[in-house]
Amino acid sequence: MSAQELQVQEKREVQKKQESTVPARAFIPPTDIFETDDALTIVMEMAGVDKKDIEISVEDGILGVEGRLDFSKYEGMQPLYTEYNIGHFRRSFSLPSKIDQGKISAEMKDGVLTLVLPKAEEAKPRKIAVS
Amino acid sequence: MIGSYDALDALLDFQQALEAQLESDWLRGATTGTGAIPPINVFQQGDNLVAILELPGVAKNDLEIQAKDGSIRISGKKSINYPEGVSLHRRERRSGMFDRTLTVPMQINPDGIRAEFRDGVLALFIPRAESGKPRTIAIK
Repeated sequence: MSAQELQVQEKREVQKKQESTVPARAFIPPTDIFETDDALTIVMEMAGVDKKDIEISVEDGILGVEGRLDFSKYEGMQPLYTEYNIGHFRRSFSLPSKIDQGKISAEMKDGVLTLVLPKAEEAKPRKIAVS
Repeated sequence: MIGSYDALDALLDFQQALEAQLESDWLRGATTGTGAIPPINVFQQGDNLVAILELPGVAKNDLEIQAKDGSIRISGKKSINYPEGVSLHRRERRSGMFDRTLTVPMQINPDGIRAEFRDGVLALFIPRAESGKPRTIAIK
């Protein structure tokens, strides 16, 4: 890798379709997704989120990830100068049908969540009977 | 300013307080300021300063912090390595080198700086120098 300079990424806010009950703003974690022969891997950056504060759900073929920031560590701190904002993280993806949803694994380290979604065995072609 | 602790509103109030200080005047007059990488938030906690940076995915060994009178330098690299032969669907994470110096417009004690790096967030606790603290002058 050439010695290129790290670029600043502005945090993107979640565009809400409905109002949420909690008024705080949530952000979209920068995500890389790649595929190998065995699995689909999703890597999301959620700085400051502890692994106990992550919720991963799969419903109707949609993978939802929420990372909540414990901002009690900021208690007693008065902002003097800021360049970025902080908040919870939220993002969801619709999964391709070839994922084995029961075997999804997740690992959180240094603010980076890695989700491995193993591909299901090739779905056998189904014959559709015409009655 | 963080007011009374109402859990539902507290985070929003805090976010608004952060936004109010976006690129505030605090570093005006110093050579260091906005635009350098990585972005920094500076807070006051009691008599001390706390500088917080987000560096998710940066290994502790790839991070170096140097302090001297009045300035702090944070440098290192963020590496992203994926296995060979993968096919990318999406690429949003950024990687690369960074080297940023922050001048602190108040007298600090560089020997007393404490750094904590957890969950990809670097927090630097910077104590104010004794010489910088206000002294009460008795009137005889």
